[in-house]
Amino acid sequence: MADVINYLLFGWYPYVALTVLILGSIIRFDKGQYSWRSQSSQFLRRKQLMVGSNLFHLGVLILLFGHFVGLLTPIGVFDYFGISHGFKQLMALVVGGIAGVLAFIGCSMLLHRRLFDPRIRRSSSTGDILILLLLWLQIVLGLATTLWTIDHMDGSAMVLFMGWAQGVLTFDPKAADLIIDAQLVYKLHIVLGLTLFLVTPFSRLVHIWSAPIGYLLRPGYQVVRSRRLGREARPNVPGHAAPDAGPIARPEPPK
Amino acid sequence: MKVRAQIGMVLNLDKCIGCHTCSITCKNVWTNREGVEYAWFNNVESKPGVGYPKDWENQERWNGGWIRKKNGKIQPKGGSKWRFLANIFANPDLPEIDDFYEPYTFEYDWLQKAPELQAQPSAKPRSLVTGEVLKKIEWSGNWEDDLGGEFRKRSQDYNFSGIEKEIYGQFEKTFLMYLPRLCEHCLNPSCVASCPSGAIYKREEDGIVLIDQDKCRGWRMCVSGCPYKKIYYNWSSGKSEKCIFCYPRIEAGMPTVCSETCVGRIRYLGVMLYDADRIEEAASVENEKDLYEAQRKIFLDPSDPEVQAQAYRDGVPRAWLDAAQESPVYKMVMDWEVAFPLHPEYRTLPMVWYIPPLSPIQSAAEAGKIAVNHGMPDVQSLRIPLRYLANLLTAGDEAPVAKALERMLAMRAYMRSKTVDGVTNEAIATAVGLDSDAIEEMYRYMALAAYEDRYVIPTNHREWDENAYNLRGNAGFAFTEPHNGKSKHKDIFGGPKRMPPKPYTDVS
Ligand code: SF4
Ligand code: SF4
Repeated sequence: MADVINYLLFGWYPYVALTVLILGSIIRFDKGQYSWRSQSSQFLRRKQLMVGSNLFHLGVLILLFGHFVGLLTPIGVFDYFGISHGFKQLMALVVGGIAGVLAFIGCSMLLHRRLFDPRIRRSSSTGDILILLLLWLQIVLGLATTLWTIDHMDGSAMVLFMGWAQGVLTFDPKAADLIIDAQLVYKLHIVLGLTLFLVTPFSRLVHIWSAPIGYLLRPGYQVVRSRRLGREARPNVPGHAAPDAGPIARPEPPK
Repeated sequence: MKVRAQIGMVLNLDKCIGCHTCSITCKNVWTNREGVEYAWFNNVESKPGVGYPKDWENQERWNGGWIRKKNGKIQPKGGSKWRFLANIFANPDLPEIDDFYEPYTFEYDWLQKAPELQAQPSAKPRSLVTGEVLKKIEWSGNWEDDLGGEFRKRSQDYNFSGIEKEIYGQFEKTFLMYLPRLCEHCLNPSCVASCPSGAIYKREEDGIVLIDQDKCRGWRMCVSGCPYKKIYYNWSSGKSEKCIFCYPRIEAGMPTVCSETCVGRIRYLGVMLYDADRIEEAASVENEKDLYEAQRKIFLDPSDPEVQAQAYRDGVPRAWLDAAQESPVYKMVMDWEVAFPLHPEYRTLPMVWYIPPLSPIQSAAEAGKIAVNHGMPDVQSLRIPLRYLANLLTAGDEAPVAKALERMLAMRAYMRSKTVDGVTNEAIATAVGLDSDAIEEMYRYMALAAYEDRYVIPTNHREWDENAYNLRGNAGFAFTEPHNGKSKHKDIFGGPKRMPPKPYTDVS
């Protein structure tokens, strides 16, 4: 039974979550961009957001990036550069720990404000509150894993997680077996993480896809849009007579 | 030279009676929805005052508009593109809803349902954001109506800079003017420049600045980027919104709602041709006081055959060229020089211009102590300080404003002499650098202000560029539309979209 649950959660669920994340996001973008936005509440209440949002986003971005690099870089790369597993784990612990604490403080401030500031509470949808609760819980679980990690600094568990993540992405059916003996807190962290992927297309989290990097590439500052597909003169279009055709008649104003 | 056309607006403040009809009709048509109850695409402020949102003119605080860097280039005052991105999680320059006001309604229900009480039932205000009872209503679109509130607070007005303002707190010396404000549909809009998503754009064909509601991601940089604070964040939809210059009406040749309904007949709409190649040059002139002239210089003379030929090559429709020659806006801005841009020092090159108001003559003049020229008092003796108007309209340069006021006084003196005494006094006209024909035309446009003269709006030619056949029965937007009639693309479910072709393509 434990085997089956382990397989469902770590062998099957990742594909469900990723499929929904990717397909769901594309369909939503295609069908309804009007709902695609960050839904910032800064305008309603600045307090707690200035610090909270900055800490939260900074922390989470470091964490996301760190997880991707840490989990998906083949272990051989680290071995090639002579980076020991213990050292890599220490790095992950220090960087992740600091970013985790930043994100935790930020997320707690945001959550406090969302739940207890009447303006924010009343203008939140259930989804807005739920997503923030899930994120907060995920950060707490992530921080909790560090307590176990500190006891096992040889990096062996970490290597197993890397093997699992890379196994999932390379469609290795045995990937789930690698982490069957992992501590419960790690497993919860993974399941909740996948769940966050799963709900992203249905929540405000889709704004992640729209990080406006293209702004830096915009030539100059202005944006002008034209209906015209070609900009040539149109002598044959009705109403576009050449300028020497005399003025149009206009009624005399009442005296 | 690249000729583009824009429908510009002029507001004759000399005739504004502060009735707010423009604001109310605009609100009823465009912002009568959850999330924008607080937003007034058009609002009328009483000046002097700090306005709506509070203190909007203080760009040290909001960092709106542009600055000229040492190397002569302009950059949004909010900073480089990097700085906008760095502030995306929390924008330090963003106003809060309280800087506008917390929207509210009254408990009208209670007036009907209240049981028998000791005292009269009263309708308490309730917030439209939280639903809770508001202890105190603190601000609104025109909280300082008709000089409401203490002078000490109102005198924080930015336009008092360089003026000994204390005396204007005295009852005998005080002055009042109305300032209706809407989006300026700038030639060099800083809202567009600060939008990281590229969702805000200026329309090539008529200059209207719009926010693509599908592309806006709610990053809020435009709200602080616009120095006029004319972008409103819809807290419900999470998108920014702004005055749309009533484009569905303008496209059909009708005036905007605020203009159409203006009982004072103070608003004018007409075509302005401008040289799109010289926008940056005009916005970058070194001295702020030169910005007014610099912007006038890029307006093109619609009766110049060279301009007409180039406009024709650039695809400006013939009807637009004809309308440009009849444009009331062109006459006021270029011929009579009586209209001015609002705060040109923001360097956005605004396209809603203002005729400064005349004001009563101070008591000294009435007592005969002031020089009177052809029955016209010296503009320096008008109650509204010239410097105040100049701070509002010409970055502090008093001379052009004085000239405009003199011309308006001359128009009155000339017409008084003509209708009362039956004497055509050409000298009055020449004294202000005009001739009697020009003065009489000014009178026709500014005093009589017939509907046909105020609004000269050619219709839009969408039929040139869109196949109306494809648009039947369609609404909405998606990223794989058929391309102007030829359905090359399919949506992700395989079928062709029954959506309109994407109506715009970017041009450089
Ligand atoms: S006034 Fe209008 S066009 Fe100009 S910057 Fe503000 S929102 Fe943009
Ligand atoms: S032009 Fe239209 S949208 Fe803009 S302020 Fe006037 S009525 Fe409102």
